[in-house]
Amino acid sequence: MIKKTKTMNLNFGPQHPAAHGVLRLILELDGEVVEKIDPHIGLLHRGTEKLIEHKTYTQALPYFDRLDYVAPMNQEHAFALAIEKLLNIEVPIKGQYIRILFCEIGRILSHLLNITTQALDVGALTPSLWGFEERETLMTFYERVSGSRLHANYFRPGGVHKDLPRGLSDDILLFCETFPKIIDDLETLLTDNRIFKQRNVDIGIVTKQEALEHSFSGVMLRGSGVPWDLRKSQPYECYQDFNFKIPIGKNGDCYDRYLCRMEEMRESTKIIKDCIKKMPTGPVKSIDGKITPPKKEDLKDSMEALIHHFKLFSEGFRVPEGEIYTAVEAPKGEFGVYLISDGSNKPYKCKIRAPGFSHLQAMDYLLKGHMLADVPAVLGSLDIVFGEVDR
Amino acid sequence: MSLTLNDLEKSINSGLTTAVKKSEINYGQLYIDINVEDIISTILFLKTNEKCKFKQLIDITAVDYPQKEKRFKIVYLLLSHENNLRLIIKINIDEKEKVPSITKIFPSANWMEREIFDMYGISFKDHPDLRRILTDYGFEGYPLRKDFPLTGHTEVRYSEDKKKVIYEPVKLDQEYREFDSQSPWEGTKYINQDQDKKDEKLSNDKEN
Repeated sequence: MIKKTKTMNLNFGPQHPAAHGVLRLILELDGEVVEKIDPHIGLLHRGTEKLIEHKTYTQALPYFDRLDYVAPMNQEHAFALAIEKLLNIEVPIKGQYIRILFCEIGRILSHLLNITTQALDVGALTPSLWGFEERETLMTFYERVSGSRLHANYFRPGGVHKDLPRGLSDDILLFCETFPKIIDDLETLLTDNRIFKQRNVDIGIVTKQEALEHSFSGVMLRGSGVPWDLRKSQPYECYQDFNFKIPIGKNGDCYDRYLCRMEEMRESTKIIKDCIKKMPTGPVKSIDGKITPPKKEDLKDSMEALIHHFKLFSEGFRVPEGEIYTAVEAPKGEFGVYLISDGSNKPYKCKIRAPGFSHLQAMDYLLKGHMLADVPAVLGSLDIVFGEVDR
Repeated sequence: MSLTLNDLEKSINSGLTTAVKKSEINYGQLYIDINVEDIISTILFLKTNEKCKFKQLIDITAVDYPQKEKRFKIVYLLLSHENNLRLIIKINIDEKEKVPSITKIFPSANWMEREIFDMYGISFKDHPDLRRILTDYGFEGYPLRKDFPLTGHTEVRYSEDKKKVIYEPVKLDQEYREFDSQSPWEGTKYINQDQDKKDEKLSNDKEN
């Protein structure tokens, strides 16, 4: 006798703690086995790209903080780099070092959030409590340098907004001393944890070939054994001056991706330490007065500075005609900006390439044949933040 | 053994011959222009060719130029890990033209094409599932077209009377103001008399 089976449709989200934001999944289930997944995204769509077309380059920059709000400065970086390449200006060496410093802080911020919340999704509560404490410390660094914990608006075309305040580098260095211990502690909770392994090992396996075909980048690609990191392969700023390793996975499952992220945090800590030790002196932003605003002191007695300031914050600067794609290795993968300038003070078109978009797209392929309980585990290991997926 | 950008340009030109309308290198990236009907064969060539190895599709996007005859430009961004090079393919189409979908070659093109359909209203031939993706359920219009207003056409609010979320036409207390603060930063432009003479001569020649 042939048993007739009926699939069941299940609505997951958009308000669900394991959805990491506003994701709605339409799951087609056969018993507890997932047959098909149809992610409905766009619930956090704010029309960033449209808004950017109506703002000057300086005004458009803060929108990038609001994309992947877990590691805001990495996003700003891609946009700033695109503008700099079109303008053909150099960032002073100290500006580059500060950028790298904060990019790596952003990477730790993002990985800490991802690892701990993914652990939360599969049933471990403590890591998130420990991890969030460290994130708080890191966000005070953000606050001290830019004035805000999340929406920093700190990387400007031509450099960074301001020099590091006094004492900040010492505090970051102190953090670097204590942080490896925290990673060790997290590892004792998770790496050999039986439940954590049962939930993650051999779940959501991605082969090398398919990682490429599905446009994966970042940890999703490296977890499957592809040694590809833009910081190494297409170095921007002065990443070539730093010595760091690129951890790669072997099996391409959720557990390998977790291990990669753990290792990357250690490497990032090393880069931060290195960066502070080697921190050069000099200006932090380009001295081209037509691009970067003048010093506050100069406004009091230099007419030219005053004019520059006024023009920069009303009209903004103009970017020569051209189109360019620049990408940075954001914590979640390749974050790119495709910028078209028509020679005016506003971008003609700015397409944002978010890594999470292509990762989330692969949900159906990743989860076909898995159990319902694996959905949050895989979703967690994809490292999705809806700010950047929906834009 | 990795290729340089110039080698790549040469091998693409020789491999695709007439399909490439124009190729140029800007900012360390190779840009090629092709016709819309060649897209499938070009992408397939770039992906499978021994030398090129563009195995990863980074993104697809569109640009709107309302004043042009061929209104939209579709841009494909490809990446080759082996050669560590990027390639940008551009095609121009007009409003009603359909673009062949490349989902068969790169499965990740699925959502990217859906996004273009959603944002620009460009449809793709043989796409398995061409639905809107980012905008609201039941949304009308194509937001990233240049003639779509920044504020949109409708706004939502919760209605206490009807006990549900309702859609209404956008009402703004103050119109959105587009500031045109562009003024000559460089100072006065003096009329170049030599240039004027040349222009005059040119127009005279044309008339004759």
